[in-house]
Amino acid sequence: MQVELRDPKNLMKLSKLGSFHQSKLSFLRSFLKEFNDWTFNKDLFDLDDKGNGIAVYSLKKDNRIYSLVCFANKIKDEDRSDRVIATKWDAAFTLYDGVPKKNDLERLSKNVPKQEVGRLSYKELTLSRANKSIRIFNYIVESLAQGQQPDKKIISEVGYLYRTTAVYGSGKFGLADRFRIKNRPEICGPFRLEMMLVYLVRQFTFDQVNHIAKAKNPRKAITLDKEICRNLGIGNSTGLGMAPFIVNHPTLLNNWILARETALKKIREIKIVKDLESEIFKDCLTKSFKNLTSWKTDSEYQKRKIKQLVFELNKFINFLKKDFNFKNEYPFNKIYLWVEKNLNDECIEYIVSMMMEPYDEIVNPLLNTMSSEEEKHFNIPTYRTIENLRDILESKYSNIIKLDFSNKENDKNFWFISKNKLEPRIADRYSEEGSELEQPIAIARDIKRLYLRISNLKNSLEIGKFLIDNNDLRHVVRRAFILEKFPYAEIQDNTIGSNLMPIDMLRLKLSFFGATKFDPKSDKWLRICMFQGAPLPNELKLINDKWIYNSLN
Amino acid sequence: MKSLSEIDTTSKNASKASGFSWGISEEIGKNMRLLEMFGFSGVKNLNKYLKTIKEKKFLNISLITKNNTSKISYCPIIAGTNFLDQIKTFEELEEIYFENIAFPVLFIPFVSRASEIIGRRIFLKIDDKEMLFNYNSSIYSKYFNNEILENGSRIELKLLENKDSFNEIEWEELYKLSEETFVEESEKLKQKAAGAGLTDND
Repeated sequence: MQVELRDPKNLMKLSKLGSFHQSKLSFLRSFLKEFNDWTFNKDLFDLDDKGNGIAVYSLKKDNRIYSLVCFANKIKDEDRSDRVIATKWDAAFTLYDGVPKKNDLERLSKNVPKQEVGRLSYKELTLSRANKSIRIFNYIVESLAQGQQPDKKIISEVGYLYRTTAVYGSGKFGLADRFRIKNRPEICGPFRLEMMLVYLVRQFTFDQVNHIAKAKNPRKAITLDKEICRNLGIGNSTGLGMAPFIVNHPTLLNNWILARETALKKIREIKIVKDLESEIFKDCLTKSFKNLTSWKTDSEYQKRKIKQLVFELNKFINFLKKDFNFKNEYPFNKIYLWVEKNLNDECIEYIVSMMMEPYDEIVNPLLNTMSSEEEKHFNIPTYRTIENLRDILESKYSNIIKLDFSNKENDKNFWFISKNKLEPRIADRYSEEGSELEQPIAIARDIKRLYLRISNLKNSLEIGKFLIDNNDLRHVVRRAFILEKFPYAEIQDNTIGSNLMPIDMLRLKLSFFGATKFDPKSDKWLRICMFQGAPLPNELKLINDKWIYNSLN
Repeated sequence: MKSLSEIDTTSKNASKASGFSWGISEEIGKNMRLLEMFGFSGVKNLNKYLKTIKEKKFLNISLITKNNTSKISYCPIIAGTNFLDQIKTFEELEEIYFENIAFPVLFIPFVSRASEIIGRRIFLKIDDKEMLFNYNSSIYSKYFNNEILENGSRIELKLLENKDSFNEIEWEELYKLSEETFVEESEKLKQKAAGAGLTDND
């Protein structure tokens, strides 16, 4: 039986993409799988009694070494901010390519804590900073100093000791360009080095909390229980910075989604599902279900989504128990068809993620297809014709070209880059100034303009000739020809309409990272948790790929 | 040192701020990345060019022909973009000439990319400066002055035929030597070492 890939025109709607969840394809899970035979080491740990100072951790295999350099700083409570406008953080980090020498550490100590206003070099791969979750951090220090393990319930309300507020890579602020390292096999998956940084930072947070507790009460202090450590992740606070990324990297977006859709298609095409496979699916579903009860958010929007998700998952589990037999042929296809008919997006995509859990042999080969070299697809095929272009627009953007952008509601917002922080922002074009400096994120509107522009042109006109007088639309001509080859390269929605929920764009990217516990703080930023439940660095060799569900027990 | 990613982004934004469309600015960003990677002074020339166009007008050429002459210097960005966009249409031409291209270093990456698109080497001469473009993989040139070149008065392009750089005798000699890595097949090997049988009349 052949199952079709899901239609991009439905799948690539923002409300759908904003319902994605972590899966076996997620980058933090594939990172741990890739690095499970690397050797972890704590190379330097020079903190004062308050936990300020420098630490270096490394992962090593054969001749390759990656070192995380950590700088912990004292900051005032009033300086602690998750927003990108902050200039001071509790700790700052960089991932160094190799083993940093003394003069490297001196150079880095002058630049890494400054973050965006510091300068890095091609020897550094990623850069980040993080703030303590003060409530939890201080509580754990106090508990350990008194010789007691902290209360798991209190810890689970937050789920991490530190929250990163940005993780930079790929050439930002002088960091190494991707091309320098792209051929290393261990980092062929997307965002591997960003994941590595976050993962090693997590270990630093445990070591730091133990160190401070010990300094505070050397006789009585104990170290944080390893089981509790495993149940703590690293938080992340994310704003609009992530949103344009998925628009500006169309072939990468395609490759992420295509991997997910290919996995789903292959799983639906399995005729006979073995008992062990159906048990893994049911087991993960049950364990992950507990995640929903520990998913805390103040966001009414997210609360409604979680409530609906819990309700629908119960409905699905009842269906599995009462009306479903895995012995039937093509059981996952039957499940998918039922789910699509009876449930909403949040729950559908949750179950799609769960369906991948039993199938390493399907998912693992797809992990290597999730990177992209955008440059290879940059040139516009200018020998093609207006007829070709029109065909693409009418077949691939059929919903987009129906939108009416003379309606102000569809043209309400504009994306711009803040001069102060060089970060993307969104604002109302009819009440705010600056729309003349709009970023090219309004793809739907510009595609519609292109469609109208070519409506009366001769079919035989070559694109190269068309562009002579129409270079204002060159960026979307390029995109249209990319979409022809990469069906999931484009968000099939309006990114400037009045009903836009920017966090849908963030959620899409974060789900591929493998984030959990999405906690929107507004429609423009949210907090998440990463690596909760993950093995500790010295346990990597024993990794069980289902670790993501460990924290939930 | 600035990363190529920073050079790409900053060049793109600066070009947009100077009046180019987003699509053209994207081309410029990628081009600056290429120039700097190949060791040419891209940023230096772009910076000066973007300052110059505030005060001085250059000619935008639309259709590229065999001979493109003008007393007013051509804008290197528009000339380059149209050269790239139209490269397939004048693939049959062996040589193309331009008279007066402003800041011709900015024209170089378009030629390099065109070489990849048509799958042919391109020879470029900007006055006395010679360059050979190898399918956008490398540029062979003695010209590596870190200078601002404000004008190229005569630009000559040759679209080179794909042909061997060696003669048949040299090839035969080399091939014969390579044969020494092959094994002479015995009758037994002929029958057993290959997948198919000696006759396939079934």
